[in-house]
Parts: sequence; C-alpha cells; structure tokens
Amino acid sequence: MGDFFTIALLTAVLRMTTPLLFTALGGLLSERSGVMNIGLEGLMLTGAFFAVAGSYWTGNAWGGLVIGIIAAAVGALIHAIWSITFRGDQIVVGTAINLIAGGLSAFLVQSIWGKAGGSDRVDTLPNITGGINILVPVAFLLVPVVHIFLFRTKQGLHLQAAGEHPQAAEAVGINVTLYRYAAVVMSGVLAGFGGAFLSIGNLSYFTLDMTAGRGFIALAAVILGGWSPLGALGATLLFGAAEAVQIQGQTTPGFPVSSDLLVALPYIVTLVAITLFVRSRRGPAGLGTHATTS
Amino acid sequence: MHKQSRLTIGALYGPLASVGAVIVALLAGALVMELSGSDSIEAYKALWESAFVGRRAIAETLIYSSPLILGGLGFAIASRAGMFNIGIEGQLIVGGFAAAVVGAWDLGLPGYLYVPLGLLAAAIGGGIWGFLPGFLKAKTGAHEVITTIMLNYLAIRLITYLTLRRSDVLPVDPTMVATNRVVDDARLPRILEGTRLHIGIIIAVASAFILWFVLFNTRFGYKVRTVGLSPGASAYGGINWGTTITIAMIISGILAGLAGAGESMGLHGRHYTTPPGYGFTAIAVGLVGRNHPLGIILSGLLFGALSAGAPAMQSADVSKEIVQLIQGLIILAIAALEVVNRLPAIRSRLSRRAASRRAATTAPETGVQDG
Repeated sequence: MGDFFTIALLTAVLRMTTPLLFTALGGLLSERSGVMNIGLEGLMLTGAFFAVAGSYWTGNAWGGLVIGIIAAAVGALIHAIWSITFRGDQIVVGTAINLIAGGLSAFLVQSIWGKAGGSDRVDTLPNITGGINILVPVAFLLVPVVHIFLFRTKQGLHLQAAGEHPQAAEAVGINVTLYRYAAVVMSGVLAGFGGAFLSIGNLSYFTLDMTAGRGFIALAAVILGGWSPLGALGATLLFGAAEAVQIQGQTTPGFPVSSDLLVALPYIVTLVAITLFVRSRRGPAGLGTHATTS
Repeated sequence: MHKQSRLTIGALYGPLASVGAVIVALLAGALVMELSGSDSIEAYKALWESAFVGRRAIAETLIYSSPLILGGLGFAIASRAGMFNIGIEGQLIVGGFAAAVVGAWDLGLPGYLYVPLGLLAAAIGGGIWGFLPGFLKAKTGAHEVITTIMLNYLAIRLITYLTLRRSDVLPVDPTMVATNRVVDDARLPRILEGTRLHIGIIIAVASAFILWFVLFNTRFGYKVRTVGLSPGASAYGGINWGTTITIAMIISGILAGLAGAGESMGLHGRHYTTPPGYGFTAIAVGLVGRNHPLGIILSGLLFGALSAGAPAMQSADVSKEIVQLIQGLIILAIAALEVVNRLPAIRSRLSRRAASRRAATTAPETGVQDG
C-alpha cells in the first residue's frame, strides 16, 4: 500500500482528467449558449479517429491533431445546423451524431487499415516530461482562459445571454443564432482535442468506441460543476482521479476495495450531487429552447 | 413527433417521412461505401439475403427485432411523457441480469411457473432502474439525460462486479464473465424448428398492442400524453405531473427489462456482462416509429433486419458498423424532413409563439429546461 500514492498515480490522474476536461469545457460553452450537446461523445470519437487517420495520412502527429479537430468541428457544425437552424430536438440530434460517429469510424477503420478492431500505430504527440503529454497543460490552461472569456469579455456575456434568455438577447441586438453556432462548433473543437489526446496523445492508435462514454461523463461534469469552468475542473478531476485510482488499484497487490466498485464511485457521486444540488445549480434558463425570432 | 391527428396529408406525413428518411439514409450509406471504394450493391445484397431470404434469415431478423421493439416501446412511453430515456441500455442490462440469476438458480419449478417468474424478475429489475430517474426528476428536477447516463454506467459496473466477485452468493461464472446457464425450464420456449427464434418476438408484439391500447384508450394514457405535450396544462387539468412521469418511467424500464430477459432467458441462456448496445439502437427505433407502438413494430423489424444482415456485409468487405451510421443518418433525415413539414410559415410561427409562451409559463414548475 505504501507504493500507492506515487508520482505515477498523480500523472495518471492528470492523464485521465485531460480528455474529460477538454470536452467538458466545450460542453460548457455549448450549454451556456443554450444548446445541450449530448453529441459530445460522438464528437470526441470523431476527433480520436480523424487524429489517427490524419497522423497516418500526413505522417505527422500535429497534422493529425489539426485534422482531428477539423473533423470534430464539422460534426459539431452538423449538430448546429440541425438543432439551431432546423430547430430539431437537441437531444435527438445529439443521439444521431453519436450513432454516426461510431458507425463511420468503425467503417473507415476497416476501409483504411483493412481490419475490424482498430488502426495501425501512428506518429504521436510528444511528451513534455515523464509521461505528461503536451496536451495535458493545454487542457488545464484552458480553464482560466474559458473563465475569463465567459465572465470578463463582452462576447462571453453575450454568449451567456443567448443561453439565459434568447428572446431578450435578440431584443437588445445580440445575434443569438451566431453565438449558438460559434459555441457549438467550439464544443466540437474542444471535444476534438479531447479525442485526439486519447488516440495520439495517450495512445498511438484508434480502437472502436475508444471514448467509452467519456463524452457523457464530460457532460455530467459540466452539470456537476455548476456550469462554471472551475467547477468543471473540479468535477473532471474527480472522475479522472477515480479512473486513475481504479487502474492503479488493479496493479497494487493487496488493494482493499474491489476496483470494479471503486470505478462506479463517480457515477454515484454524480447522481447524489445532481439530486442534492440541483436546486442551487440551475443551468442556463434557455437551455434546450429555440430563439423565437430569426 | 407527438402530433397525432392531423388531417389528410398531414396525417400521412409522419409515416411517409419515416419511409423517406430510411431511403435517404440507405442512399447516403451507399454513397459512403462507394466513396471509400466498396461495392455498395454487393453489400446491400448480402444484407438483404441474410436478413430476409430463407427461414433462418427471417428467424434471425425476428430475433434481433425483439429487444429493439421492446426497447423502442420503452423509449416511446417515456418520450410520450416528456422524458428522454437514454437509460434503456442500463434498464435492459439490469433486467437481463435479474432474469438470468433467477433462471440460473435452478429453483426446480415447472416451465409454466419458472418462465413468468424470470420475466417478473426482469420487470422488477428494469422497473427499478426506470423508477430512479423518473422519481429523481419528479422530486428534484434532476435532468433525466444525466441520471439515466449515470445509471447506465452504474448498471454495467455493478453487474460486472457481481459477476466477477460474488460467485459466493450468486449463480455467476467469473471465467465466462457471465451468469451461469439458465436451466432449461426457465428458458423462453423456441417457436420455429431449426432456428433460435424464441417467444420474445411474441412478447414484443403483444407489448406493442397493449401499450397502444393503454396510450390511446385509457385515462392513464391520456395523462401521459397530456403531461408530455404540456406539463402546465396538465396541472390545470388536475393531472399530477410527478406521479405520471414516474409511472411512465417505471413502465419504460419494465419494457427494457423484458428486452433484456429475451436475451438472457431466450437467446443466449446466460447474461453476458458485455453491454449489447441495443439500448441506443432502441432510441432510434422509437424515433423512427414516431413513438407510436404500432410504428415501433415496423421500425423494430427494419432495424432488426439491418442488425441481422449487417455481419454478412463483411463478405463485401464492408464493416458491419456501417449499419450504425445508417441508423444515425435515418434520425438526421427524419429531423430534416420535420422541417419540411413545418414549412407553412404561418403555422410554424404561431406554434413557435405558443411553444415559447408555454415554455415561459411552465419551466419553473417542471424544471424541464435544466438539470
């Protein structure tokens, strides 16, 4: 047990938190603008797949990162067109995005690499120091950036207005549609970062459904964190730590708690927290609604 | 999606849009295959043959359709009550596991008692997993999308734990990562010689007709539909929103649980802990069937055929997951065709105003808009 709390555990926590944090910050922007994006899971998977495909095509991990992000942004744009312009049900559209991402990535894996389960190994993004990928500090630095954007800039306040009261925002001349489009596409960009970290940061290949629900967890972290960037950081650290402890627990002899139960802890914490704090943690009032004009 | 009785073309628009969406999605799927150098005609031919040609193929289509119809019905009743139940997957898993445990215990009962007992266990397990998000939403406003997602993962983790670690008290086999075999007396009887087809499909179709009757011919069904269309109006009409959505979610969970029982007591004879993913396909089935029980029979058969035929597409060197892509495209196409339906500008503007007024008056008491 003495070996349990180590640097290895700490880096594992950071590693597990990073993809969740990217995606949660993206989901946060989307939700703050009034669009619930349950397609985050699919957008992350899209980013993970196209980062590997891009790295394979260009022979360069940075090329892969760019292509992964663009692909996820395109997926988010589809979400935006359908949910904002076509006024489709945001949850229905998100479900479609998730199905399409899973199907398309699996199909393309087979047509590119000729095998069913996953891709070949590709060039990966560099580590800055012992096991810490270069995207890890990027994710954590984005927390203050998003915080300042949301609460200290005019555009950030307009974005919040678009989510809180779209009609009033329109009335004072804020282009709600534009802000929502921008926020949803940005959620795709950040989910693309999160997905790319999984495939060409943490690993060096793509496997089917490798996001394994992390997009949904990130969405839960947004709510658990009370729709604030700092809250999202805390919530994703909780999920990341649980995942890291579970992995570490499996390899630590004599670890007292069954790791299968331990890994269920974040879900229970989220359920309890959402139930207890939901009254004090109101989301954007206009979430899930459409602007009336335009 | 919840509009029912529009006149003339309006009434036919929904079913036609579903058919149109399927065609558009199949064409788009073909385009993706062609663009990546696969032979789409060859692939669709393989799919068609292994889904429809011959007794075994049809039996396989019906086998795949059963959990999708039941899951789709579960999604539909929750949707009708205004609840987006993403938790079908978790409810299906809990139901399937509960049924398999009861069936594997070998209680020495005759089949006519043992099979209903197993189904009851599935209904209770799925029902509890459906009750939780319904109750939490009713009492605290916790958004069902988040709670059902959490309960999905909780179900998977919990049952993995029980399967791997608790063979001391439960009839589970850690080496198989599954429960023990369900005894013969508790297996769902097979109904077609030489195939794996079991009575699950009969349970599914019967459930659809029962749900259709309940939704459109009983007071409870009326409450569910009213609550889903307008929580505010339902309160004025003396309908208890919280109770109605909770019961709708319990029924949703029961139907999903029965879908799980069909898999464990019928098809496999064990509950495997690997999640089948039917819960997510069931959402698509509900949407394509427009949350109408009879429409769901048809969309369940369609998606069952797609699932049954998908593996054969490998012979044309096309990944079977292309079917998942097609399912997603069907949903997008339906959503896009809804826009066409709303094109008459006046109607659209009027209903939008009414909707926003409704949202403005009901949001505080229902908490529908937030988590």
